[in-house]
Amino acid sequence: MIYEAATEAVILFFLFVGFTLGLSFWLGRKAKSTAGYFAAHGQIPWFINGIAFAGDYLSAASFLGICGMIAFYGYDGFLYSIGYLAGWTVALFVVAEPMKRLGKFTFADALDAKFNSKGVRITAGISTLAVSVFYLIPQMVGAGVLVEPLLGFDHWQGVLMVGAVVILIVVTGGMVSTTWVQFLKGALLVVFSAILTWMILDRGFEVKKGGEDGHVFARYTVPRSVLDGSRNPVAELNGRHVVVPEGPWVEFPQFVRLRNADSDRVTVWHVEGDDAATVVHLVEAQSITRRRGQKPLVNGQEKGEKKGEPELHPVGFVSRLPDGQKSTGPVGPRSFFRIFQESEIVLWRSKNVKLSENETTTVYYQQETPGSRVLSPGEHPRFQGIRRDDLMGRINFISLMLALFCGTASLPHILIRYYTVKDENSARKSTIVGIGCIGFFYVLTLYLGLGAMTSGALDLTSNNMAAPLLARSMNIWLFAAISAIAFTTVLGTVSALILASAGAVTHDLLRNFRSEPMSDEMTVRVAKIASVFVGAVAIVLGIVFRGMNVSYLVGWAFSVAASANLPALIMILFWRGVTRQGVVAAIIVGMVSSLTWIMLSADTYEKIYGIEDGGLTPFTQPGIVTIPLGFLTLVLVSLATRNSGKESKV
Amino acid sequence: MKTRSNRLGLVLFGIYLAMYVGFVLINAVNPELMETTPVEGLNLAVLYGFGLIIAAFALALLYGLLAGRSDAVEDTGTDKQEVSA
Repeated sequence: MIYEAATEAVILFFLFVGFTLGLSFWLGRKAKSTAGYFAAHGQIPWFINGIAFAGDYLSAASFLGICGMIAFYGYDGFLYSIGYLAGWTVALFVVAEPMKRLGKFTFADALDAKFNSKGVRITAGISTLAVSVFYLIPQMVGAGVLVEPLLGFDHWQGVLMVGAVVILIVVTGGMVSTTWVQFLKGALLVVFSAILTWMILDRGFEVKKGGEDGHVFARYTVPRSVLDGSRNPVAELNGRHVVVPEGPWVEFPQFVRLRNADSDRVTVWHVEGDDAATVVHLVEAQSITRRRGQKPLVNGQEKGEKKGEPELHPVGFVSRLPDGQKSTGPVGPRSFFRIFQESEIVLWRSKNVKLSENETTTVYYQQETPGSRVLSPGEHPRFQGIRRDDLMGRINFISLMLALFCGTASLPHILIRYYTVKDENSARKSTIVGIGCIGFFYVLTLYLGLGAMTSGALDLTSNNMAAPLLARSMNIWLFAAISAIAFTTVLGTVSALILASAGAVTHDLLRNFRSEPMSDEMTVRVAKIASVFVGAVAIVLGIVFRGMNVSYLVGWAFSVAASANLPALIMILFWRGVTRQGVVAAIIVGMVSSLTWIMLSADTYEKIYGIEDGGLTPFTQPGIVTIPLGFLTLVLVSLATRNSGKESKV
Repeated sequence: MKTRSNRLGLVLFGIYLAMYVGFVLINAVNPELMETTPVEGLNLAVLYGFGLIIAAFALALLYGLLAGRSDAVEDTGTDKQEVSA
């Protein structure tokens, strides 16, 4: 789609970001010592910390990724919401209080409290770094996605901007300002999502034949013989000729191309109807042809640069409401689902047609889907395995849900938030506040996603954009506010991740390679240099991974976190027999195995390396294999090294 | 080192884990079941999903109430009182 900046949106956006930055500078003045820089002196009140948990956790992935996935595939996106929240019970019931009791600044502190070993510190530091960088990717991708429709920037400019601002926040402020930024945006995100949900319910549903630009998608019923070109009913097709399929198009009998008699413009149509029937329906599809060295073609015309010039039509509409209604008017939170359940919604699916080395056409075609189908799992291609009788698909699904469940409590940037409050009691209370706030938001995601699905504002080329575009379809100010909040959401999460990484580098890694301890002042300086470096890496990755659903990327980060960190964390708390070698081995095995699995999975082959139908792993989500593998390694190595461990301790 | 809140936490965790496992298994083994509508207009997928979110918060509150009370009775000085680097 083509995006143009709206002045009021830009003003509000910069006011908001400016205020956040100002606050950050002002608060950051006090954070000069290590305890201040990494842990805000342990002085953050529990309620503030709880909301900051929400601000920290409800990242771009939650807001953009989940809403986008629900908007395109229905209930499947909500599975992420459920998994992300469920993981908090591990954090609260199992990990929170011991973490607080054992550690000081970083996750490695807690692991190492028992052993005081260099090896444990270094491996824990490395895994913190690996997980944080992995988690940074979706945040940066999300940042680019946000800035595109709001300011009319390119993706890479957005990523660069976020990177620069975040580095500024982290370098000047540390944990005090990061916490307050997270508190602010956590609270605002939840409040504005609630407002948006209320507006969705107030708007209700309406039957439409196209998106918000007013384009009506056409549909013709013609004899089947039209398809092979043996008949050419130009008049019936409103002045269009059937193009006889040639080249790669022969392999896609579900599509037929029509050429406008007067303009020579070629459009793609989806053929619907039984193979046996003598008549078929031609339903208007959309297409984008990407050509190396030339502007892309959208729906047979060169893509424009300004609003009003050719672009893909926005989509997302209801094609039938229960009882033949045309529009419902305001609906309640429960009747929303009842009506949705009995309606038909037009979803869009895509197929790539490779025309030559330098030219690929992506066809987006309509797929009318019953609401009851949309509201149940298995619509997304990655989850379809659970609807078919596909064992690997089922295992893949269980694996993802396991990783989401175990991942939360293993995320270093979440764990460090336990060191910003004063005691275990506060750690517990702030987690409860966090769960309430996050849970409420996740309930709203289902309304937001389904609201976006029927908003007429969806951009087919970017499902991450669904939530901001939904807001724009309501009101430009709301859009500006939501985008600004989502942008600070990214800022907050990214700064916490960079802080966690910087903490790992200085506190866990570098300190072990120096003979004399670093002075307090120097530690903070090194941490700041590390922050700049990690920030730069994040910017590059954010540009490389553009176009992947951010929630999906976060799913990977959770897998790595859970595989590397959780076994060590849990076993140290509940088993006396753990040795330092066991911890080191478990972290390394968990981290390496999950990373390798992801790199070799079919999804990475397709999305990153550009190889279709590749991949060496039987399914894409590593969790179900690599998390138990981590536990097993820890137990085996601990048992094997039990005696030597005791000796070296004396 | 094991306090009452630890044990309580594990019990509540067990309850929640059972609910979550139930949800995942229904989805993985028999997703059609999720399309049934036990309450008019709301299918099992939506009900169970919302249920899991609400249950997490309810159990968390319960934990906060019970653990907070037992801490106050047993001892108040379990936290480490040092911040200096």
